Amino acid sequence: MNKQNCRVVYGQTLVELGRKNERIVVLDADLCKSTMTRFFEQEFPERFFEMGIGEQNMISVAAGLALSGKIAFANSFAVFAAGRPYDQIRVSVCIGKVNVKITGSSCGISDFGDGATHQGIEDIAIMRAIPNMTILSPADGIETRKMVRAAVEYEGPIYIRIPRNEVPDVTDEKQEFKIGKPTVIREGTDVTVFTYGYMVYKALKAAEVLEKEGISPRIVNVSTLKPIDEEAIKKLANGVKGVVTVEEHTIVGGLASIVAYILRGQAIPMEAIAIQDCFGQSALSYGQLLEHYGLTDTAIVKAVKKVLG
Amino acid sequence: MTISAEKIKELEKTAKTLRYDIVMMIGAGKPGHLGGSCSIADIVAVLYFHKMRHNPKEPKWPDRDRLILSKGHAALAQYAALAECGYFPKKVLSTLKELGTIAQGHPEMLRMPGIEANTGSLGQGLSVACGMALAGRLDKKDYTVYCIVGDGEIAEGQIWEASMTAAFYKLDNLVAIFDKNRVQAMGPIIERYDTNPHGEKWKAFGWHVMEVDGHSVEEIADALDEADKIKGKPVMIVANTVKGKGVPFAEGKAEFHHGIMTEEQHKAARQLFEEDCG
Repeated sequence: MNKQNCRVVYGQTLVELGRKNERIVVLDADLCKSTMTRFFEQEFPERFFEMGIGEQNMISVAAGLALSGKIAFANSFAVFAAGRPYDQIRVSVCIGKVNVKITGSSCGISDFGDGATHQGIEDIAIMRAIPNMTILSPADGIETRKMVRAAVEYEGPIYIRIPRNEVPDVTDEKQEFKIGKPTVIREGTDVTVFTYGYMVYKALKAAEVLEKEGISPRIVNVSTLKPIDEEAIKKLANGVKGVVTVEEHTIVGGLASIVAYILRGQAIPMEAIAIQDCFGQSALSYGQLLEHYGLTDTAIVKAVKKVLG
Repeated sequence: MTISAEKIKELEKTAKTLRYDIVMMIGAGKPGHLGGSCSIADIVAVLYFHKMRHNPKEPKWPDRDRLILSKGHAALAQYAALAECGYFPKKVLSTLKELGTIAQGHPEMLRMPGIEANTGSLGQGLSVACGMALAGRLDKKDYTVYCIVGDGEIAEGQIWEASMTAAFYKLDNLVAIFDKNRVQAMGPIIERYDTNPHGEKWKAFGWHVMEVDGHSVEEIADALDEADKIKGKPVMIVANTVKGKGVPFAEGKAEFHHGIMTEEQHKAARQLFEEDCG
């Protein structure tokens, strides 16, 4: 399996799009070597704005740029991009549907070494609560590239969640990316697994194990968390014996909440794999931390078997 | 003196009209942001009726000067000015805060023509103004971004983040006006939460600072002209004002930050302006 670092792909895509579109400007809060917007800074220094370590100001400045016709990408770690400037995102950006793209890099627990302060596990819940916001979470480098392109085309606020580490390619290069459309990554008939981000890969690994045991899981990449295509989710959950959600995010306000709400009133067994309403912590590897919080293919296998009874 | 005696008189009359509109918008028996709106009425009058290049027929004209009201609660002064300029019919003013109105309690750009950004959660407008100034420079446009900031508002740390941005990027196309009306919602600033000194702070942050009587249209106009000549630095005009200026019973009173005029008070205020505004 080919592996790509989504941050690198993100940074490169911004440059590629920046060459064609002079309206694109990029802001960063002293993390451009991590978010990889340094590529953009190197090629377009006049369209790159270092905002210092001040995310609240960065978001409102981005709004000012966008209100003057720019497509403004504001970058930081997910935890600082979505959490710290919540009110600026709400007032400066979202009430007026201002064309600001907020990139939350090193999302989830992917910044494994830095501990709870740096691990953005509730960003989707926060962003989902704000009207007019669109939330995208790529599963791999292929999808990252498509999402950044789509974000430039789309007029309005977008939050993009970018993982820190290398992830295997799991999506189809030829598959068209459309904001709001979940995609079936693997067809199956027994259980539907709704997931997004790096967890798509974990779900596919789980599917290999399940297949050998005669269980057929359908894996769905819900890479747009808002707006959500309720009809598509219902359709994809229809006819199977159970539903499992998997996410590198807190159980509160993420995909588990979304799917449970959409499928309300339906007597369908459901399990949710997520971080169980607790903060992260440091670990020496990403894998170790995923294991600790139960975000593994083994856990997915178990959850699928559980909904099958 | 850079403006004629005749223009001064005209702007003074306009400021009175704005105050009259503010009093009428709020009405009797209902709360409204009388104090902070009246303290900036002269500043707003000079900006919209003298200084700024703008076109009510084309609110989105790309070369227009922009005004961001960082202290968004004082929107009544801006609504009055926009209506007097012809951005929308004057009758809209009487719909303030009604369900579905374009005249929201705090300014909304998607609802009201002439509003450049959503403000009202304090501290954000100066940053938005910085973004507009950066864009103006990128686009090689010569518009100026004006931003009105309040003296209670600057307790918000974001104001200082924006102040660093403006200085670091040498935004000489940004002119901020500091409405030093000395009173915040809960009382006098020096008693409740002293944000002084003001001019010194911005000087230390790398701004060019001027000070004016915020109720002298002549001084305001002169300072705004002077600001055009400052290169390589953002400009802060510290405007000494009186909260509730022009409405005697509300002057300097925290109660009228978001106060309710009684029928008698409203009538008195109305009559005072009617004599002048006809």
